[in-house]
Amino acid sequence: MIKLTAIEKVYRTSTIETLALDNINLEIPKGEFVSIMGPSGCGKSTLLNVMGLLDNPSKGAVEIDGMEISRYSDKKLARLRNQKIGFIFQSFHLINDLSVLDNVEIPLLYRTSTGRSRRELAKEALEKVGLSNRMKHFPSQLSGGQKQRVAIARAIVGKPEIILADEPTGNLDSVMGAEILNILLQLNQEGATIAMVTHDEQMARKTNRLIRLFDGRQVS
Amino acid sequence: MLKNYIKIAWKVLLRRPFYTFITLFGITFTLTILMVIASFVDHLIGNHYPEVYRDRSVYISRVKQQDSLRQSTRISPLTFQFLNQYAASLKSADKVGIVNMFNQANAYSNGQRIKLGVKYANPEFWEVARFDFLEGKPFNEAHIRNRDNVVVISDKLRGQYFGGNGPATGKTIEIDNERFRVIGVVKGVPSTRPMTSGDAYFPYTVSKSNYEKQGYIGSFVVLATAKTRAGRKAIEEEYAEIIRRIPKPLEDDGMRVYHMESEALPYLESWLSNFVEEDGVPKFYSALFLLALVILLLPTINLVNLNISRIVERSSEISIRKAFGAPSSTILWQFVVENMFIALVGGVIALAFTLVVLTMINQSGWIPNAVLVINFPVFLVSILLCLLFGFISGVYPAWRMSRMPVADALRAG
Repeated sequence: MIKLTAIEKVYRTSTIETLALDNINLEIPKGEFVSIMGPSGCGKSTLLNVMGLLDNPSKGAVEIDGMEISRYSDKKLARLRNQKIGFIFQSFHLINDLSVLDNVEIPLLYRTSTGRSRRELAKEALEKVGLSNRMKHFPSQLSGGQKQRVAIARAIVGKPEIILADEPTGNLDSVMGAEILNILLQLNQEGATIAMVTHDEQMARKTNRLIRLFDGRQVS
Repeated sequence: MLKNYIKIAWKVLLRRPFYTFITLFGITFTLTILMVIASFVDHLIGNHYPEVYRDRSVYISRVKQQDSLRQSTRISPLTFQFLNQYAASLKSADKVGIVNMFNQANAYSNGQRIKLGVKYANPEFWEVARFDFLEGKPFNEAHIRNRDNVVVISDKLRGQYFGGNGPATGKTIEIDNERFRVIGVVKGVPSTRPMTSGDAYFPYTVSKSNYEKQGYIGSFVVLATAKTRAGRKAIEEEYAEIIRRIPKPLEDDGMRVYHMESEALPYLESWLSNFVEEDGVPKFYSALFLLALVILLLPTINLVNLNISRIVERSSEISIRKAFGAPSSTILWQFVVENMFIALVGGVIALAFTLVVLTMINQSGWIPNAVLVINFPVFLVSILLCLLFGFISGVYPAWRMSRMPVADALRAG
């Protein structure tokens, strides 16, 4: 589903050059749930961004579902993200000015769909994460765990095949964290391919495979 | 999608009252100025009392005569005789009003001198210019035939001469030592309409009008209506043909004339021909457009600045939209739409302000008899200006926003 070949990512400023990813070769087959671990600053998020087509690698090739994307235009990449990938972030990134339902609808805005079908799908996604009673609320009225569930609903509303989660439980207490992990496991059961960055060894152990990074290199 | 954008734009407005105040103040202030200017321009050139047929009228306001070397030039209104013979008989015209440009006279009331602008006109003048008769009626062919000493006066003169608000019809008024019977009183015309504005309107047959003068150089102009807007062209062409056929050189008013030009033109062109030789209309609109741009520039830069400083605040939202599939062009469009929406909100407030300002101008007597209004063309121009403003001030910040690197913003959030 996701294939990275000889990926290198270099950040350059006028004075310094940082190698964030160094020769990463990785293949995640369809339906697998992998977790990515490593100390802070080792390139976990960068790796996830490269997989999610949010950041271009300096070298190497990214394949999503068999498509090599290095020559894709901004528009084509956007369409691919929209159709294939759902994102979940540590700090939720909900839009505070929009209601829960409007937040969840966002990915569908960039597809051809009617208002009514968007509503239906968004409601369905919220039901799945157990928040159908909070649709009219605004993010500021929700707890951390609820916000992350809204973010998950937003990630899955477009029925993407890939879910990329960047420390989805990092801002939550252990009970909430476990709850979020269960939802992700459930989505994986239903067929989603998931890559999750985490600091929590216990959680990582519940996934199919654990990838460790150190200083931009894959160590296991 | 649009609803979603507008929802956000509205929330953004509500979230930061001070920012909103500054933004809306800038927009409102600018647009108010522009709308007042638009209204004034419309007042000058639009269809307004009593020249309500301007859009299907042509004006013959001057003749230009030159010697053989084109070294000596004179420009003047025309004689009644010429216009009556050639313009009044234009087949393509519906009605042809002939009236003089500027003439002054005096009247005395209780020892006080009243300075008057006087007009000498043919009866059809009252059909091409639709005056409101507060009392009485206009003069007609019979008055001309009988060379009656009658006059139609403005409501202002009625007040000044007869005092009070009682009727003046049937009474006698003495102007320049000659006595005239008042047969009608009309609502005053602002001085910004020089062809119809006056205090006293006489039949052209009264002694002072100098209507019997022969030749071309005179003091009269023509307002001719066509049946339709498109019909103006035919009048213009027919009149051009008449002028072309006049044998030259000719002797006129002490000058040997080799080149003579006179045109029937729509009002704006006719008016502009007093200031610019050629392409008056495009030059006029270009100048207006430039003026509008200059006025728009300052608040636009201000708004661009405010918007850019707010990129950081909205970086999370932009990144999320991009992550979930919005291409940069869509983000660009979203912010432009948002900005145009805000500009429209400002425009609505500006519209209210403009009404207040125009009412104040109208009541101040700054232009006597003027009624500045927001009519449909002015309103349309105003809305277009709002959208233009929103567009100009939105594009650059939106472009900056749309190019923001997603990954950094998401990590920062």
